[in-house]
Amino acid sequence: MDHEFSADEETLKDIASELTRFEIKRSNVIPILQMIQERHAYLAPEAIRMVAEHLGMAACEVYGVATFYNQFRFQPPGKHQIKVCLGTACHVKGGDIILENFERKLGISEGQTTPDREFSIDRVACVGCCALAPVAIVDETVYGKVAPSKVEGLILGFEIEKEKEERRKQRDESN
Amino acid sequence: MMVKIIVDNQEIEAEEGTTVLKACLDNGIYVPNLCFLESMTNPPASCRMCLVEIEGEKGPIPSCTIEVREGMVIRTETAPVRRLQRSALRLLLSVHEVDCAACPANKKCELQRLSKFLKVGLKPKGFELLLKEAKRDDEHPFLDYHPNRCIVCGKCVHVCQTTHGRPFLTFAKRGFNTTISTFGEKDATKIPCPTCMACVEICPVAALTVKTDPQ
Ligand code: SF4
Ligand code: FES
Ligand code: FES
Repeated sequence: MDHEFSADEETLKDIASELTRFEIKRSNVIPILQMIQERHAYLAPEAIRMVAEHLGMAACEVYGVATFYNQFRFQPPGKHQIKVCLGTACHVKGGDIILENFERKLGISEGQTTPDREFSIDRVACVGCCALAPVAIVDETVYGKVAPSKVEGLILGFEIEKEKEERRKQRDESN
Repeated sequence: MMVKIIVDNQEIEAEEGTTVLKACLDNGIYVPNLCFLESMTNPPASCRMCLVEIEGEKGPIPSCTIEVREGMVIRTETAPVRRLQRSALRLLLSVHEVDCAACPANKKCELQRLSKFLKVGLKPKGFELLLKEAKRDDEHPFLDYHPNRCIVCGKCVHVCQTTHGRPFLTFAKRGFNTTISTFGEKDATKIPCPTCMACVEICPVAALTVKTDPQ
């Protein structure tokens, strides 16, 4: 199975207290899952178990319902969120190749997050700048006319940035 | 009360309330079927294998959803029925990893049986083969799940639910990506699986197997 992303204690506490607001009936399963995703950005395995317990359902039933819908994610958004446009123009200009490039480079598929939570990849529909196709949005920055070499460079940039930061931290600690 | 029906020109009797499919099977008339279990009150009718033609009805209909009625005239082997069954089987095989020699279901597999019965090769041409990336889900402490064997018939979910009053496995995701998931209880001491294995027994294609090296 995919890597499991556990939730921290604080998150679980928050979910526990929010859960008490919901009446115990099966029809509440989706509203509850939406609430959790809205507050914590994804559905951790522990969160799904808590929902099941609250509603007196089997955990696998709640999981089954949740995975049916595209709106739920089971992995937290990464520190750097990569969104690849697969709208019509970007599709024609090979957006899927760009998506594949990101996927291969990071070793995850669309909708997933790297185990170190650094990167997540999602596909999006037209982001409104078709003239720049193919388009990718990384964090808040829009990149147009993306080529495989650019994908390479982008990720490398983030990696160097991270490396620098770690060295800085180490230096600060040893001082 | 018993009712009389005619199947392929042969008169048979069946208890009122039984499905046409069961009536046929009980009387030695084989109708292909993959997703039907007698204990289901609401058969999902998802495999579209058990089609028959019934006089007075427009086209072929799944016999697992129809109850016998006095005087019903049924045909199980018409050309339209066979054509639809063959297409359904080809579609199933297009998402199935055909590797019989290495499969524990070899020789008792429902797909092999159907392929013989309907004269459809196990590796039919015409549909692209769409296999899932993961060959095996070994998350469960006692079971292995093989997504590329599963035909998503739902029998395992049904027997698990009826045996234990709650399911320990379920359908997850949807469309082509639908799989069986055992999400949830992983604590080996809290699940009844080691003494049950009803799902492994019912699976027609060995998509669920007993783990040979339980953790
Ligand atoms: S695992 Fe077997 S019984 Fe369960 S849905 Fe798949 S094919 Fe059917
Ligand atoms: S299709 Fe990608 S920006 Fe419009
Ligand atoms: S057995 Fe009737 S549709 Fe599957």
